[in-house]
Amino acid sequence: MVYQVKKDSGFAIIHLVGDIDLSCSPEARKAILDSLGAGQPTLVDLSGVTYIDSSGVANLVEGYQTAKKKSLEFGLLGVSEAAFSVLELARLDKVFPIHGSLKERLAKNG
Amino acid sequence: MSDDYALEVDSVTAYYGSRRILDDVSLRVGYGEIMVIMGGSGSGKSTLLRHMLALNKLAAGSIRVLGLNIARATGEELHKLRRDIGVAFQSGALLSSLTVGENVALPLREHTDLNDNIVQISAKLKLEVVNLGGFDQLYPAQLSGGMIKRAALARALAMDPKLLFFDEPSAGLDPVVSSELDDLILKLRNSLKMTIVVVTHELESAFKIADRITVLDHGRILISGTVDEVRNSTIARVQDLLQRRSRPSELSADDYLERLTAHVKRA
Repeated sequence: MVYQVKKDSGFAIIHLVGDIDLSCSPEARKAILDSLGAGQPTLVDLSGVTYIDSSGVANLVEGYQTAKKKSLEFGLLGVSEAAFSVLELARLDKVFPIHGSLKERLAKNG
Repeated sequence: MSDDYALEVDSVTAYYGSRRILDDVSLRVGYGEIMVIMGGSGSGKSTLLRHMLALNKLAAGSIRVLGLNIARATGEELHKLRRDIGVAFQSGALLSSLTVGENVALPLREHTDLNDNIVQISAKLKLEVVNLGGFDQLYPAQLSGGMIKRAALARALAMDPKLLFFDEPSAGLDPVVSSELDDLILKLRNSLKMTIVVVTHELESAFKIADRITVLDHGRILISGTVDEVRNSTIARVQDLLQRRSRPSELSADDYLERLTAHVKRA
């Protein structure tokens, strides 16, 4: 897994790429919690995710819960098919705010 | 070649004492495939499962699991392999002193350094997948038979295994619960591309979930093929199993009498 964090339109966007498994999910967790810890609305881009295990999904759940406590926006962007099928299995596709892209998210501001 | 299959069993023969339980058994399971191993009681299917899990030693033949020859593997290699394998045992094999949630979290606590919050969320996610969401605080003794099977499955899935073994998922369950478990097995394969080996004697379940079926009888493979190939097999013994016909007695009257009275001569 590699990841990149960039800022765009008031959001911190964490772009996770590759396989998110036990070997790297603590790193992804830190990136998400650090971003929220800094008080930034955070979107996690999963468009380049080829595999995500339960620890990776748990990171996202924890991130969303943390964001809610801090009243910060949290959402997922461009969820790849591989990631979506895992989210769907645990019915999390109905839990997370999921946007096709940042552009799609911004369009929702009306 | 070994990378092409999740599981390769080659000419395996096994004994309990002098009794031959498996006789020259070979089968292959491709990645992402659901293989159902069928057979009646005493057919050798549980013994084959124990060998595939490296719990028993082989008398002859070889077994490769996820590319690893388990007879030649070091303890460390087997330990690593077991992280990639999930097993849901027939009886559940849950620890009775731990809650369901703790049972499911156990492999993650044993094998990983994950943060405790992540371990707990992961365990709860697995319970959600098997439709046991909200039951994590219960103890195994408080669960029904179907719930124990599902909890055992959740624990087997804890480490996101590449290869899942499921021993008798439907045994002792009512038809509705049993059918739900079948759906779950299909969902796991379809969503996670997991390779799944199911050992069962339930025909209906086997036909519903299997990509291929291997039928064992008296330790030998009667047939290995797709659901249709097995259904349409002209092998008499396969049809006996499919139509639940009693098996013919194999002993002649003289041999039977001999077996009942052998001690008289010895005495």
